[in-house]
Parts: sequence; structure tokens; C-alpha cells
Amino acid sequence: MKLTVEGLHVTLDQNPVLRNVTLEAREGDIVGLVGPNGSGKSTLLRTVYRSLRPAGGTVRVGGDDVRKLSPRDAARRTAAVLQDAEGNTTGLTVAEIVALGRAPHHGLLGRDGPEDRSTVADAIDRCGVRSLADRDYTSLSGGERQRVLLARALAQEPRLLVLDELTNHLDIRARFELLNLIRATGVTTLAVLHDLDLAARLCDRLVVLCEGTVVAAGPVLDVLTPRTLGEVFGVRASAERHADGVVRITYGAQPLAGDRAPESASHDLPGRRNVPETTA
Amino acid sequence: MIVAISIGAVNVPLGEVWGIVLHHVTGAGAAPSDPALDQIVWNFRTPRVVLAALVGAGLAVSGAVLQTVVSNPLADPIVLGFSYGATLGAVLVITLGGGVALAGLGVSAAAFVGAVAAGALVFALGRRRGRMAPTRLVLAGVAVGYVFLSATSFVQLQATPTELRTVMFWMLGSVAGAQWDQLPAVSAVVLATTTLLSLFGRRLNVLLAGDESATALGIDVNRLRAALLVLSALLTGTVIAVAGSIGFVGLMIPHLVRLTIGADHRRLLPLTALLGAVYLVLVDLLSRVVNRPNELPLGILTALLGAPFFLWLLRRNKGLD
Repeated sequence: MKLTVEGLHVTLDQNPVLRNVTLEAREGDIVGLVGPNGSGKSTLLRTVYRSLRPAGGTVRVGGDDVRKLSPRDAARRTAAVLQDAEGNTTGLTVAEIVALGRAPHHGLLGRDGPEDRSTVADAIDRCGVRSLADRDYTSLSGGERQRVLLARALAQEPRLLVLDELTNHLDIRARFELLNLIRATGVTTLAVLHDLDLAARLCDRLVVLCEGTVVAAGPVLDVLTPRTLGEVFGVRASAERHADGVVRITYGAQPLAGDRAPESASHDLPGRRNVPETTA
Repeated sequence: MIVAISIGAVNVPLGEVWGIVLHHVTGAGAAPSDPALDQIVWNFRTPRVVLAALVGAGLAVSGAVLQTVVSNPLADPIVLGFSYGATLGAVLVITLGGGVALAGLGVSAAAFVGAVAAGALVFALGRRRGRMAPTRLVLAGVAVGYVFLSATSFVQLQATPTELRTVMFWMLGSVAGAQWDQLPAVSAVVLATTTLLSLFGRRLNVLLAGDESATALGIDVNRLRAALLVLSALLTGTVIAVAGSIGFVGLMIPHLVRLTIGADHRRLLPLTALLGAVYLVLVDLLSRVVNRPNELPLGILTALLGAPFFLWLLRRNKGLD
């Protein structure tokens, strides 16, 4: 489903976090949301999956304002995979976690029917967690957990996927596998990605957020210009499409001189060379 | 239950018990030969065992729900202040003997009012801008509990030794005073809230995923928390009102069931109710036998019996590492 964000203003504890954000993800598009720490990426996602109420502007999924949909109706359209930190899932198995994705499809009295079970089984298979199905979720590794949470999101049968740093803590192979999985779903996706290389690889389009506003948006190569990379991320870098069709970013040896806060020149970006990658 | 009915200060043969209970429930069979035996079995023991089962189920279910609602494994009716609210209500009536302000309120009614008042306070104080954050809720509960506890201690200072003894027995809990006429109300509340809470099973599961994920899964987290808190305060208030503040059941039974069959609330809640009921019937039975013909308060035995088993299970379980 198409996602349209128009003139979005969000304040948290009276501080404006998002100002006049407008963006669009067309049906089937994978749109990457990039920007330094604190630029408002997660806040934007929270507004999309209805956890935050905007102070102004609208978020439309499939043409309907999400604030006008019931929580359940909204969750039948939009599924989110969030960072794993929260929750207290001790005692739930992987299969039970994935089955939570069926919650928005039922009322208080609804019980899982054969259709629900086959949807859950399908999501488990697609994410390759069949062998983990009876394990306690808390006993899994970070990468396994992310795949389980993605399976839960797919069990929701969403028309829009919202991903927050899905590939954090994953090794390179697991990242590629997960990205391929998301590509294969064909579902419209809005993904916050810290790693620009990964964003360039996965996404059809990128939106760059900086201090709560959109500073660039469009096809990957149009957005990742040396100028944007320098001004927003504080690094000397350039991006180009290689012969294999993959966009790669080459970083300079040093971050650009300037008065940027140390944390915003984030952990893994500055100084990192473009290590030749094996294509998955 | 039949075994529990037959054993006590006077032992009644199992067959007799069956006959008497069957006769009263279905009207079948011969009327009991010995009216004294009939009196003991039907008017003292049976309501007592039924009440113990209801109270055990209610406390355990309430604990299970609260642990999920505030996302804290230590939560139970005591930690959230409900029990202390009930205690203050009861102690006020016992020591002031139904003074002016409380005239007409029995100990049970006062305890119920106290528990629900504590629940309402936690509810009001745990909310900020319409959001009920789990940590704030649990801390509000603890603080409210301490306030009620201080007030209770202050009231106790004014009490006579006899009143103090009554207070102490009440605080340790008992189902000895069970009577048929209080059972319909208690069983209605326990059955209705337990059923309703079990219906919320899937949503409780979603709550385990954390607030943000639950929101993305279509749950109105704050409304759900509010509803669950109200239901569990009602449930706790009702059972504490008739049986006193019995500790440990609400904390331990849910964990016991979780460690055995997992955390899916659709199984967890019914089984927790069942195990809570069985456990308190057994504890009540022991409380009548260990020190015959005197009885021990339930609160002493619930922890004394349960804790070692619980600790054993805790050490054996790998999932908690």
C-alpha cells in the first residue's frame, strides 16, 4: 500500500522533533530513512505505526489517515519490526511470538483458525526459523530474534512494513539474507537504516532526515551525493553504481573538519574504508 | 475437595461425605443419619473448601495478570498495594468497632473498599498524560502500599491486645469463617473476572512483546492496562475481603505455571486458577491438621510450603539464565 506523509509535525515533551516532514513510498517501494542519530527517524516510524500522535500533518496508509483508523485496522495494514530491547517475553516460544502477528485479525473472542495457523507457518518458513519454532524466544541470538520478529510482522499480512534498524548486531551474511527476504515480500517498506551501504543496497529510494526535516529525497544515487554525505553525515564520501548493479559508497580516510557533535559522526561511519564485499 | 472436606478436627469417612454432599446437591440418596455430621460436613467444611478454592483461584489469576500488566515478575496484589488497602479497611473496622464513620460496614466490606481504593489510587497516580508506563505503575503501587501500611500501623497502636490478635489473624488470612450465604457473590465475581481475563489472553500475550510492539500489533496499550487493572483490583478486593490478606499465592502460583507450561495466557490463566484453587484447598486442609484441634492461619503455611518447592523449580529452570 502507498504511504504518504504530509506536513508532519511531532513534538515530544514540547520539543519539536519532526518539522514539516513530507515523504512518499509508492506501492511496492522500499524506502530507506537515513540520517544521523537524533534526526527523528524513529519518531517518524512511531508516528506511522500510531504510537505517537502528530501535532500536525497526516500519515496516510492506502489513502486513509492512520489516526482515523482503529488501532486494529491500522495494524492490519502496517506491521513494525522494532529494535529488540523492550518486552518481557520469557516463556513464549518462537511459534507463539510469530502467532502474535494474528492479533489484529481477531476481536476479543476470536480464536485461531486453520487459516491463521497456515499464515503463521508460512511466515515461519519464509524467515527460515522453522527449526527454532519450539525454542524459548529469549534463548535466541540477536540475528535469530530479528528473523523471528520479521516473521511475526509477516504473519500480520501487512501492506506496509516499518523496520527500525533491523540489521543491527547482525553479521554480514545475516544482513544480506534478511534484506533479500524483505525484497522478496514485495510489501511496501519504510526502513530506518544506520548503515548507508546497506541502505544503498536495499532501497529503491532514500529519504535523508536531519534535525527533524527532510533534507534530501529520491532515488539512491540522486540522494547520496558527496555534498549531502558531507553536510549531513560529516564524511567525505561518494557513491556509485558498480558493474554488478550494486551501489557502493567509498568513504574518505577522515571525517570532514567541523563542529559536529562527536556522537553524530556515528560509530561505524567515519574512516571506514569500502571493504570489497562479496555479493550475496 | 471431598478429601479436604472429610478431614478436620473431626474426621468423617469419605463415603459419608460423598453421601451428604450428593444428597444436598442433587437431592438423591438417603438423608444423612447423623445431623451433627451433616452440620459439620455441609455447613462448615463444604463452604470452607469451596471458599478456599475461590480465593486461591482469584489471588493466583490476579497475580498472573498484574505481572504482565506492569511487566514485572515481582508484581502481585501485595506489591501493587491492593492488599495493604484491604488491610487498612479491615483494621479500621476491627479496632474502631464500627465507629461513626464506618457504621454499618463489616470487616469484609471495609477490606473490599480498601483494596479497590488502593487500586484506584495506583491507577490515578500511575497515569501521566493518558499513558500508563509499567514502571511508574509498579512504583506508584509500592508507594501507595507503604502509605496504607503506615496508616495501618498507626491504627494498630491504638488497638487493645484482643483487637491486635484479631487483626493479626485477619492479616495472615483464613477461610474458617466461610458461610454459604457469602459464596454466591464471591463465586460470581471470581468466575466472571477470571473468565473475562482469560478472554483477554491473546491481548495479554501481545502486551508481553512490549508497549511499542503491542501498539504496532493493534492494541490500545493504555486502555488494555486500565481494563486489566480494574478487573484485577475487583478480583483481589473480593477475595481478600472474605479471606484476609493471604500472601505468596498471587506471586508464586503464576510463576509455577509459567515455568511448567510457558507464558501463553490462554493456557496460563485457566491453569493458574486451577492450581491456585487446589493449592489453597490443600493449605487450608493442612492448617486444620498440623496443630489439631487448633488451626494455623493460611498466610503462614502458603509461604512455608510453597517457597521451597518454588525455589527448587527456579533453580532447575534453564530458561531464566
